[in-house]
Order: sequence, then C-alpha cells, then structure tokens
Amino acid sequence: MDLSSINPVLLLASLMVAATPIMLAAIGELVVERAGVLNLGVEGMMITGAVCGFVVAVGTNSPWIGFAGAALGGALISLIFGFLTQFLLSNQVATGLALTLFGLGLSALMGQGYIGIKAPAFPDWYIPVLGDIPVIGPIIFQHDPMVYVGLALVAAVWGFLRYSRAGLILRAVGENHEAAHALGYHVVRVRMLAIMFGGACAGLGGAYLSLVRVPQWTEGMTAGAGWIALAIVVFASWRPGRLLLGAYLFGGVTVLQLNLQAAGAAIAVEYLSMAPYLATIAVLVIMRAGRAPGSLGQSFHASR
Amino acid sequence: MIKLEKRPQPSKRWTFATPIVAVLLTMFFGGVLFAALGQDPLVTIRTIFFDPLFSEFAWFYRPQLLIKGAPLVLIAIGLSFGFRAGIWNIGAEGQYIVGAICGAAVGLAFYPMESFIILPLMVVAGALGGLLWAMIPGLLRVKFGTNEILVSLMLVYVAEQLLASMALGALRNPEGMGFPGSRNLAQYPSATSWINQSAGMHWGVVTALIAVIFAYIALSRHIFGFNVRLSGQSPRAARFAGVNPGRLILICMGISGTLAGLAGLFEVAGPAGQVSIDFNVGYGFTAIIVAFLGRLHPVGILLAGGLMALTYIGGEIAQSNLGLPIAAIQILQGMLLFFLLAVDVLTNYRITLARKAH
Amino acid sequence: MTTKTLLASAALALGLATGATAQDTTTVGFVYVGPIGDGGWTYEHNKARLAVEEHFGDAVETVFVESVPEGPDAERVMTQMALQGADLIFTTSFGYMDATINVAAQFPDVKFEHATGYKRADNVSTYSARFYEGRAVQGHIAGQMTESNIIGYIASYPIPEVIRGINAAYLHAQEVNPDVEFRIIWAYTWFDPAKEAEAANVLIEQGADVILQHTDSTAPQAAAQAAGNVVTFGQASDMAEFAPFPRVSSIIDDWAPYYIARTQAVIDGTWESMDTWDGIGPGMVGIGEITDAVPADIKASAEDLIERLRTGEYHAFTGPINRQDGSVWLADGEIADDGTLAGMNFYVEGITAEIPQ
Repeated sequence: MDLSSINPVLLLASLMVAATPIMLAAIGELVVERAGVLNLGVEGMMITGAVCGFVVAVGTNSPWIGFAGAALGGALISLIFGFLTQFLLSNQVATGLALTLFGLGLSALMGQGYIGIKAPAFPDWYIPVLGDIPVIGPIIFQHDPMVYVGLALVAAVWGFLRYSRAGLILRAVGENHEAAHALGYHVVRVRMLAIMFGGACAGLGGAYLSLVRVPQWTEGMTAGAGWIALAIVVFASWRPGRLLLGAYLFGGVTVLQLNLQAAGAAIAVEYLSMAPYLATIAVLVIMRAGRAPGSLGQSFHASR
Repeated sequence: MIKLEKRPQPSKRWTFATPIVAVLLTMFFGGVLFAALGQDPLVTIRTIFFDPLFSEFAWFYRPQLLIKGAPLVLIAIGLSFGFRAGIWNIGAEGQYIVGAICGAAVGLAFYPMESFIILPLMVVAGALGGLLWAMIPGLLRVKFGTNEILVSLMLVYVAEQLLASMALGALRNPEGMGFPGSRNLAQYPSATSWINQSAGMHWGVVTALIAVIFAYIALSRHIFGFNVRLSGQSPRAARFAGVNPGRLILICMGISGTLAGLAGLFEVAGPAGQVSIDFNVGYGFTAIIVAFLGRLHPVGILLAGGLMALTYIGGEIAQSNLGLPIAAIQILQGMLLFFLLAVDVLTNYRITLARKAH
Repeated sequence: MTTKTLLASAALALGLATGATAQDTTTVGFVYVGPIGDGGWTYEHNKARLAVEEHFGDAVETVFVESVPEGPDAERVMTQMALQGADLIFTTSFGYMDATINVAAQFPDVKFEHATGYKRADNVSTYSARFYEGRAVQGHIAGQMTESNIIGYIASYPIPEVIRGINAAYLHAQEVNPDVEFRIIWAYTWFDPAKEAEAANVLIEQGADVILQHTDSTAPQAAAQAAGNVVTFGQASDMAEFAPFPRVSSIIDDWAPYYIARTQAVIDGTWESMDTWDGIGPGMVGIGEITDAVPADIKASAEDLIERLRTGEYHAFTGPINRQDGSVWLADGEIADDGTLAGMNFYVEGITAEIPQ
C-alpha cells in the first residue's frame, strides 16, 4: 500500500466535481420537501434532464443552452407529478415512483439517435488570481462553471429560506398546510412552484452528467444518482448548509474509496459503500432537532 | 370554475369504475404513442393486454402471471396495513433482499443434505430476516421518532451492498468457476420453493393467496383491522379507543417486513434460483404502486398485482414480436400508473362547478 | 404432465403446424441484459444482430428483447421466443446460464447459444471471446507509452474474465517496460458513467498516464481527454469519437462473424453443440485502429504482436510465468491451458495489489 500517492489537494478538487450532480438534484428536492412535498421521482427527472440537455446542447452546439433545456425538461416532467399530487390529490410516494419509471422510458426514446455522439466541449474556468493560490486554488477555483452554479444555488436557497418572505411562506406551507391556508396563502401554488424548481434542479444535475461528467448520452446513465440525492436531503436534515456537507460526504466516500483502492489498500468496498447511508440514519436519530417538515408527504385539500 | 368537493363516503361506484377508466385511457394514449412510433396501435395494445391471457400460447403465459404477480401481491398486502395506518414502509425492497439472503444462507448451509425440514427452516429464516430489517426503522420510529420513510429507504441501499457482498463472497458457489452468485437452489430438491413449475406454482404463490384471505378477514372482521383503519383516519380517536400507537407501528412494520422477506425467500429458492448481484429487480418498489392501485384493499391488490404482471409479460411479447423498444413499455406502464392515480380522485371527491361570485 | 413434456409437445405441434413456412425463413432470437443504447456490451451484440439481418436478407428474421433481468424473466423471454418459432436463440449474459439450460431442455429442436458460460447441452453451445489477446496488445502499447511507469486499470467485478485481462495486460507491459506498475480499481459495476469518470480521475491524480478500462462507458475517455496527456483504449466498442488521442486503440467485441456462421449452420442443418472461444484470429476480438499518436516503432511492434496472435504463432500466456506468490505457474515455453484460464483467480508475479474477496 502506498498512501503517499494520494494527493489530498487533488482528492478534494475531484470531490468538488463528484458532488456537483447530486448536489444540484438534492438542493431542488430540499426545496420541494421544505414545501411539504415528497417527490421520489428525482431519478426520473434527472435522466430526463440528462437527455434534454444533451439533445439541446448538440442541436445548438452550446452547453449553456443545453443546461437551460435540461432545466426546462426537468421542470416540465415534474409538472406531471405536480398536477397529479396537488390537483388530483394522488399519493405522493406512488406518483413519484411512477414518475421515475416514466422518465426512464421517455429519456430512452428521446435519446435514440444520440448514442455515440460527443457533447460540445464545456471548458473549465481558471479563475485568475484566485486560481493561482496554492492548495486552495486548485481545490476551489479551477473547475467548470456548473460547479459554481451548484454552490450558488445552495447559497441562494439558504438565503431564500432564511431571509425572504417567500421563503417563510414556503416553510409555513411545509410545516402545517392547514394553518398556512388559514392565513390566506396559496398552498397549492407554492407547492407547484417548489415542485417545478425541484424538477429544474434535478434536470441540471442530470445534464451535468451527460454534458460534463461523462459527457455522452447513454440509456440509464444516471445509474441511481437521483436516489442518492434523496438520501442527502435527509442527511442534511433539510438544511442547505448541511446539504453541502452531505453532498461532499457522499461524493467523498466514493472518491476516497477509489483512492484507497488505487493506492493498493485491500478494503471491503461494499461495506465502505454502505457507510454514508448508515451515517444518514445515525444523523436522523441523533439530530432530533432536524425533524422532517410537518406536512411532508401529505396531500392538501382546501375544504373551505 | 371547477372545484373538488370531498365526498362524505368514498363512492362505491367509482371505486370499481376508476381502474377500468384508467386502463381504457392508457390503451387510448398508449395507442397514440405506438402509432407515433410507427406501430399498428390496435395490434400492439392487443399484444400487451390480451395475448398473455388469450393467445395461442396463453397456456404458457397464464402461469407466468402467477410467478410475476406473486411477489408483488405478497409484498403489497404487507405494506397495505401500514399504509392504512399512516405508517410508510417504503423499504420493502431491502426487506425482500435480506429475507432472500437469510433464507438462502440457511438452505446453502445444509447443502447437499436432503431433508424435509430444510425448506421450513429457510422459510423461518427468510421471514425473520425481513422482520428484523423492518424492525430497524420501526424501533427507531418508536424510540426516537425518526421518520420511517427515510430510514427504510436508506436501508434498501445498505441491503443492496450486502447482497453484492454475499454474492461475491460468503454465498458464492464454490463450483461456479469463480463467477459471482450462489448455488442454484431450484436444483436442490430439499430447498426449492417450486411445487409445480409448469403451473407456475411455488410456495410464494400459495402464501400470497393465503395473505390475501387473512388480510381480508383481518381488515373487515377483526379488531386489529379496525384499529389500523382508525389510526389512519384519526390518530387521536384511535388513542382514545385504546390503541397503543407504538405497538401498532411495530406490528405494521413487522407484517410488511415479514411478508417482504418471505417473498424474497420464495423467489430466491424457486424462480430466481440463486443469490446474485442483480437478484432484486424492484419488486419492493413496484409493490408500493400495486398497493395503491389496489386501493389498499386485499382483493384490489390481487387484481392490481395481476395487472402489473400482465403489462410486464405483455410488454416482453410486444418487444419480441413487434420489435417495440422497452422504453415504450416503460412509458406505457408509467402512463397506466399516472391514470390510475389521477382518476382515483373521483372516488373520494365530487367534481362540482362552483360559481366564482359569492 | 411435466413442464418438459408439455412444452415439448407444444413445440412439436407448432413445428408441424408451421413446418411449411419454417423452411422459408429462419428466426433468430436475441436476449439482451442491457438496453441496446448502452453503447457497450449490448450495443455490440445488437450491431451483430443487424449484421445477421443484412447478411441473410429475407431468409432470416431476427427478434430481440432488451434489458431482461437475469432469473425468471430471462427464462420466460427465452421460452416465449422458442414458442413463437425461433430456431436459434442467443442469450448474451453470463447470468442467463441456468435459464438457458432449463429452457433448452424443454425445446430440444431449438438451438441455444449462451455467451461466456460453461454449461452446455446437446442443443446448447457456449461462446466467448479471448479478450485477453486484445489486453496483451494494450499492455504492449501501454508499457511503452507510459512515462510515469504507472498504468491505471478500471476493473468491473473480480471474476476470471477480468482478472485474466489484468494479467495479460500486465505481462505484456512488463515485458517491454520492467519498471511498470499497475494501479487497479474495482468499480463493482459494468456500467456507471459517473463512477467510472471518478475512477479515471483518481488514477490520473495518482500519476497514471495510461488508463485501461474493463467497464463499458466512455466516461474514462472523457476524463483522460480533459487531463490532456493520458492515453486510453476503447472498450467493447471502438469509441472512435475519442481518436486519435487519448484513445489510441481499442478492443472491439465483434460478434457478427460468429452469429452469421452459426445462423448459417442452422440453415444448413449442420449446427452442433460446441464450445467456442475465439480470439483475434477468427475476428471475434477486433483491435481498433492504432492511431498516429503512437510512435511508429511502437505501432509496428504492436502490429507484429497482433499478427502473431492472429496466426496462433504466439499465445498471450506463454511461460515462464509465476503466480503472484512466486510459485511457478507455467514453465519456460509452456502454454496456459484453457481450463486454468477460464477459472483464473490469481494475479501473476509482479502485480502488487490483492484480488478483493
């Protein structure tokens, strides 16, 4: 074993990138769940975003327009979920699972004819001055722009939930929809907007895989990333700050595990891979304060 | 403006009519989709929904419906108790995996001994495995108030890793030329769950049918079923009626875990035959959908499980005979679920045209 | 009545009923484990299916079902194909082994071909490719292209097929560069683009400037391209979109010649159960074009190696070779037997890592 071959600077730098797709999807789901809605269809929305982003980026030869298309595609497919759960009051767990099934099929059909094509290049940003700082520069300031978009989104959601009036309303709707309704807030409207935001973010996360990380379209390419995003939201106890930590932990365990293997350490990969999920359960138990939003997963119908 | 008005009682008529409406809607829009893909919509719909039941080879497909439907029904029946009481175990996939691992491990430990006692021991081990895996979220919920939806979901991922570890390590077939996967239990007479393979009969099918009957009796005739329903509709009233919420949670989680574990054991000892890395194919998640499609009613679940199995088998026929991509089948299944969930609103709500002005 | 007799009599009845038309067209079925759009394993099998259709025209009809899970679903799909009159069925995943044997026992008149397995019957053949020959060529090029002397290897699962590939690549890299060192990552997946990209990056960060992959996505290629100075090889399909650099060559699964030959054998009535393990010679293992990014002398020696493997003059596992623990596996000039190769579960001497258990 040769642990000295692991370069901690590069490890942290690749962790930033590895965490980005799950972070993007998770921050969207966090907003959805804070509004009291449990959408288990993240995987389906991610893969739809991945294919939409790829198709648009190849068509326009612009990754940026591709990301916009991915966000739009993710938001559109999330509307199915929103319409069913908010207007027709269907069960959220079942609808979310159906959305994943539907998204996997839809993406595979849309992606026919895009297999084996390369996406337009999406170069890294070498941020001048900051990027030249030793250690911190390569870790934080030499990535592709979407890494920073992801971080900015997390910060924006944090600020939105904490300081804005709209954020307060969203939290109120998630904690107790009856009370929020009694105060005159439009529970369904707030939730529809949150669901669309969640879909758009999941779409961006999927497109990050198909346009930056891989970058190619193949069927089923999200390979379970959407489910990990769901886990991270819980790990974070529905708080954006901890979500950052959670995304780095989940991304980090994968990167660390691969690093240890490459350095020749004989480790039980399966047991290490379990670790983040067990940690999430431990967090759920220990951080009693981080309770789930009060109305999470419940249908709302304004009887009056 | 269209408004929904809650019915005082769920409509009996719509309870029966909505599934039919949903299937008809799916056939129509599915037909549009298939036409867009350049297929004959009528032929395609007939292939998916009717050929497994009434074609030349229906004698082969009908037993296959049992094989595909049994684990779905068995798991969904277990889940329905908790869902009625407002207890959300969505980790049946994990309990299914652990049940299969535990049951198979017992069977493999006896190999190559032949004895009538082996299968019963495996059944006990499988049930216990599923039960214990479900007790983790159950106890955490009761002791610490931890959200059982999320814990049970997390434990699915843990179980999947455990499965990979077992298939590559402890349970690997020593005569398997180094490939992952255990010995084939279907070829081990004392351990197989098959009763009659050509009829699609294995102990899982029998257990699923027994579970349907028991669930029906429990829910309609027994105080336990009354408590479950009461807890789901009005937790406070249930507490006044003397229902211990903690115990109810443990019982509901226990039933669903046990049945999911049994489903896994019967699958691994019969149709699947071996513990392999990709042993689980999502029955635990599909069963959640089946439970809702069946309106959480035992007979409904039986029919819903059959319908899901039908689309799987019909979908395979359509792929093979018509060259339809699997993606189109997945979209069709997604649509079916969406429509079923969507029209369900008519059961519990009345659509009225309300005037805007007061 | 048992399943066997029931199905057999049904198949017989069907055979009589459709006997007249059966002479006109031969139906060939394909059962795939992944989607045909996976760009790797299943994609190449499907390409070969299309080649069969093109080669025989109207004389052959092909059917396929994709993303079939191993277990009861696979058994059902195979049975259904046999019932619908398939004459020959290719089952293209190791995990279909027991299902293939079961179904074949019920349809004695239908021929089955199971990929990468080891169980045969009168109407079940097995076939696989000697991918390790391609790995030897990759090792030969990699050993000379590396400047850091560190070669990264993204492996899937610790099974003989993959271990054989690592050994073949290592032996031939070490032959041309005694200082070469292998860094091996087990991804525990055949296909997970994000994880494969991660693995490639980790290997590059640890100093690898050549990446060999035994997983199917192009993610490692993209990671190498982003790094700029890292050499890769295509896997399963040519991955030519990354040529001429970083992808300097590739191993291509080319099932078409075999599928066409076996279909022809069924048409001619000469089909027999056999075990086929073909390499570069018969064309089952294709070596993608070696690009000009490889210096001319290395390219020439690699092509010479390919030629010697093609003609059978040279075997990729020719002694002296020791096991990792230093014990003798093959004496000088001795050639590995297929049985040992098929079940290979040890590294050769010089590899420092351990096979995970």
